[in-house]
Amino acid sequence: MTQLALVIDLNTCVGCHACVTSCKEWNASGEAGPMVDRNPYGAEPTGTFFNRVQTFEVGEFPNTQTVHFPKSCLHCEDPPCVPVCPTGASYKRPEDGIVLVDYDKCIGCEYCSWACPYGAREIDEQQKVMKKCTLCVDRIYDESLPERDRKPVCVLSCPTSARIFGDIHDPESEASLAINAAGGYQLMPEWGTEPANHYLPRRKVNITVHEEDLQRVDNPLRKEDRGPRAPSTRTTLDDSTSW
Amino acid sequence: MKPAFSVIFLTTLIGAGQGLFLAFYSAEWLVTLNMLPAASSDDSAQAALLAFVLMTAGLVASFFHLGHPERAWRAAAMWRTSWLSREVIALPLAMGTVLLFALLRLFDIDFHLVMLGKVALSLSTLVGFIAVLAIVALFACTAMIYASLKFLRQWHSPLTVLNFFLMGCASGFTLATLLAVAQQGGYFGYFSGMAISLTLAALVSRLASLSRNRNLRSPSTLQSAIGVHHPTIRQIAQGAMGGSFNTRAFMHSYGPSVVLLARRFFLINGFALPLLLLFLSDADSLLLCALALLLQSLGLLTERWYFFIEAEHPQNVYYQMIS
Repeated sequence: MTQLALVIDLNTCVGCHACVTSCKEWNASGEAGPMVDRNPYGAEPTGTFFNRVQTFEVGEFPNTQTVHFPKSCLHCEDPPCVPVCPTGASYKRPEDGIVLVDYDKCIGCEYCSWACPYGAREIDEQQKVMKKCTLCVDRIYDESLPERDRKPVCVLSCPTSARIFGDIHDPESEASLAINAAGGYQLMPEWGTEPANHYLPRRKVNITVHEEDLQRVDNPLRKEDRGPRAPSTRTTLDDSTSW
Repeated sequence: MKPAFSVIFLTTLIGAGQGLFLAFYSAEWLVTLNMLPAASSDDSAQAALLAFVLMTAGLVASFFHLGHPERAWRAAAMWRTSWLSREVIALPLAMGTVLLFALLRLFDIDFHLVMLGKVALSLSTLVGFIAVLAIVALFACTAMIYASLKFLRQWHSPLTVLNFFLMGCASGFTLATLLAVAQQGGYFGYFSGMAISLTLAALVSRLASLSRNRNLRSPSTLQSAIGVHHPTIRQIAQGAMGGSFNTRAFMHSYGPSVVLLARRFFLINGFALPLLLLFLSDADSLLLCALALLLQSLGLLTERWYFFIEAEHPQNVYYQMIS
């Protein structure tokens, strides 16, 4: 079974919001669109987004770290939003594990958003239906695109390659390898929703550089002297000992 | 959670309608069993018609909750998994059988089906029995919509189902008491006694859920929400300056004093004062019973509002500071 997902590296995310804007751009004009924007140039702009970057400060000043935290639908393996939907508009695709909303069936009752502990779903105030991240389902299978572009647009736009897209059920995929190598984890594991999206933790990046690494003090050839030379008068077995 | 007013009216109105039908239908069986003096058959028909009107009003209110009410018929599809879908089936079933019961009686097209011992079972009694089953199922479905959401800890409790059932029945029997006074049919003693018992039971059950919720904490913290295990984490941006659906749908902006006031209001007006007024009233005190019903209606509407305010959605940990 395939379970497509995003693996987001909090160690490399710089919080530039490129994933947010490219997601909005692609999905506003794609199958999932339009995505409402209310008061976009006013004091209180608001609208529908599938992906947001939040920022947290960890620790106490001056020993703090800034963690940028992109948040979108996690495409749970046991999605609590799907069984509560009264119309069947909310569903999880068996073939690739993407959780989607059928906008033609959604009645806009908001019950699925009550059932999602992550707040991943947003009602579109113009279309009056529930919307959420589609993992760019209208992109990743599009054979008119070059193969390297068949990825969610947030992954393609990330300047630091903090987002990895792949099948987390395939142990050899780039996503699975990243989860295993860096200790990828799920959000709010206490609810048992088994989110497919994983996050890679912050890692210590201090490098200790010793003087010896720069200056090889014990190098016998530090002085580029001529090597010992056998007396030219002595015959040798071969030329190798006689530089 | 932000109180959804259409849902507040839906649950309280249909609860009262359901309780009203249960009151009159159970009274008829007590008459059959010679435990109550017989009353006019039209009394139950009028009550059933009123119950139908209340449930219809609730249904109309619920449509204001939907983004696409014209697609509401689709909501019956997923009854295997969704309590909301089950409610969408149980509500029209209850409404239909209650209306049929009323029409059979009002237009006198009722007839006897079989004799059960000395008791003649009529068609309307059978339809009424199906209505009772649908009404009990509807109580369960309506409450389970909330009680089945395990992330909303304040709702995820059998007390939610008990509260919905007891409060619906309490308001239904209070309304029945008022009708009995107006109809002068002889059901007053039974209805007021039951209204008092049910209101008292609902008060006990609601106090139990209030005390349960007082110290309830969500297992989700900012640490588990973003997976950073440090005791000190502070949000400095939530990704949107002008708010979003997340900040509008799951939070309320009422201060603690308003919430406390609402709790006192519904405990006094929904339970204490109606109990006192029902206790003081007799078969002729139309005004006292009407006042009891009015206060209890206001109190139970406030209770349902408070039910939403009480629930803390775990997604709120992601939205603690705008920027």
